[in-house]
Amino acid sequence: MTTLTTQTRPPIAPPSLLRASTTVVWRNLIHIKRMPEMLMDVTVQSVMFVLLFAYVFGGSIDPPGETSYKEFLLPGIMVQTMVFSSAVVAMGLTNDLQKGIVDRLKSLPISRSSVLVGRSISSLIHSSIGIAVMGVTGVLIGWRIRDGVVNGVLGFALLLLFGFSMIWLGIWVGSLMRTVEAVQGFMFTVMFPLTFVANTFAPTQDMPGWLRFIAEWNPVSSLTQATRDLWGNGAPAGSDAAWPLQHPVLMSVVWSIVLTAIFAPLALKAFRNRSKD
Amino acid sequence: MSAPAVEALDLVKRFGDNAAVDGVSFVVPEGTVLGLLGPNGAGKTTTVRMLTTLSVPTSGTGTVAGHDILTEPDAVRRSMGLTGQAATVDELLTARENLKLIGRLYGLPKAYIAQSSEELLERFSLTDAADRIAKTYSGGMRRRLDLAVSLIANPPVLFLDEPTTGLDPRSRTELWEVLRGLVRDGTTLLLTTQYLEEADHLADDIVVIDKGKVIAAGTPTQLKDQAGAASVVVTVTHGSDLQRAADLSRTVSGEVHVDETSRRLTAKASGLEDMTRMAHVFEGSGIAVDDLGLKRPSLDDVFLHLTGHKAEEATDDLESQFAEEEALS
Repeated sequence: MTTLTTQTRPPIAPPSLLRASTTVVWRNLIHIKRMPEMLMDVTVQSVMFVLLFAYVFGGSIDPPGETSYKEFLLPGIMVQTMVFSSAVVAMGLTNDLQKGIVDRLKSLPISRSSVLVGRSISSLIHSSIGIAVMGVTGVLIGWRIRDGVVNGVLGFALLLLFGFSMIWLGIWVGSLMRTVEAVQGFMFTVMFPLTFVANTFAPTQDMPGWLRFIAEWNPVSSLTQATRDLWGNGAPAGSDAAWPLQHPVLMSVVWSIVLTAIFAPLALKAFRNRSKD
Repeated sequence: MSAPAVEALDLVKRFGDNAAVDGVSFVVPEGTVLGLLGPNGAGKTTTVRMLTTLSVPTSGTGTVAGHDILTEPDAVRRSMGLTGQAATVDELLTARENLKLIGRLYGLPKAYIAQSSEELLERFSLTDAADRIAKTYSGGMRRRLDLAVSLIANPPVLFLDEPTTGLDPRSRTELWEVLRGLVRDGTTLLLTTQYLEEADHLADDIVVIDKGKVIAAGTPTQLKDQAGAASVVVTVTHGSDLQRAADLSRTVSGEVHVDETSRRLTAKASGLEDMTRMAHVFEGSGIAVDDLGLKRPSLDDVFLHLTGHKAEEATDDLESQFAEEEALS
């Protein structure tokens, strides 16, 4: 079977996972450039939410310790943005599946994971832009990282680690749902309680007992408490707070690993199933 | 007979209890065109998806350019191009960027991608629109770009899933011309279509599938012969003339059917010459004729003949219908 040589074929050198993924990222970043409104959620909205929460709720919510509400708010709202990166991944992936782009990529001699890796990296870039915009807005209204460069960087590293676990959730949902609208509806229904029933925007000690229990065991709270501790943006959790809040940095890492261990296999299975037929 | 470029070997694909493809086998010799003909939901797309490694067969296998689709999927992907049912170009990328994206993913050298892109854009009349995003393209332009993208690595085998569905007649003819050019250059084509006319124009061999099974295979001529020859259809103005018209027709054709309610007679014919002769016969007869024309066998006729049922639209194959609507919009 070596008769198919009548045509001059170009040298095909299937790219490595890394090269294929960066090519997919390149393509996804062009999308952002062509549709800047795709960035609205992490640019204009980021500024808007920081200002809305800081000035509308700021007056009525009194965070524990000496901290101002603005200091208290910034870690919380950044964590929320990171959690929402799962929605960004899911919508992007569903859109590519729906439009047949995933099929096109799968018909090429590249590792099929590069579709997911590329999608994940561009979503993390997307969310990181949001974090940066929030950081700048925060600095302008008086938020500071007060515990040095190392802890500052550690806080951002924790955010990214947790974002990584959220991406698997996004891939799972994105592979299961058929339309971008469905993803949007589902994710927003799940993400809002998940990020509000926590210590993100209001302290947990004033919540009713049962709600406080849920809020303090919410992984989102561990991450928020961890970044607050690392950045010096508020008092450590009180002695009556749930165990995860007493060890927030450790628990942020643990939650990220546990969530990845749960969602990654589900996501890969759903993506493989979706792309098997 | 040259080596097979594509082989389907008893391919089966089940979705739950429903067999979308139920034991399909065929061979496409190198450098030829195979038309996979069938109605919506017959299993054409699923067959193509299995051969292009997008879908894993429930049983059976196949080869593309000599590589097994199950054991050597990467070699298969290097050897073929695919143009899907809904033109899968990236709408937010320009034509040049679309070509660059796929070229890079094949791992082609930069200079090659640049040069090949220019040639393809030229060949598919997209040079003027090359730096516009594909969202602004017409349906025909999208299909042409989709095809150009599939050709960036110059694959010896090209799969086209309903390449002209949703195109206006002019774009369709243009695309046919492009496809013929590819075949002249030695590319092997496997195309699916719902139109007998299209298969007739392009294919060396046709495989007809219905409900997941191959129900006929042969050259276009063989198939049309099976489906019955062409016929001349005459509609007379007054029903009272019908019997005399039928008698007149029998001087030209050996087989004439009369339908009283529509004042129409159908006479078996071998081609255009018979229609001309029929027109002459009626010219001096004094019989007023509303309409006289040649009717070639359609896909419906082929189906009616082969299966006893019409090539009806399948309602359970929602996905391909969605894809079609998308292509139309």
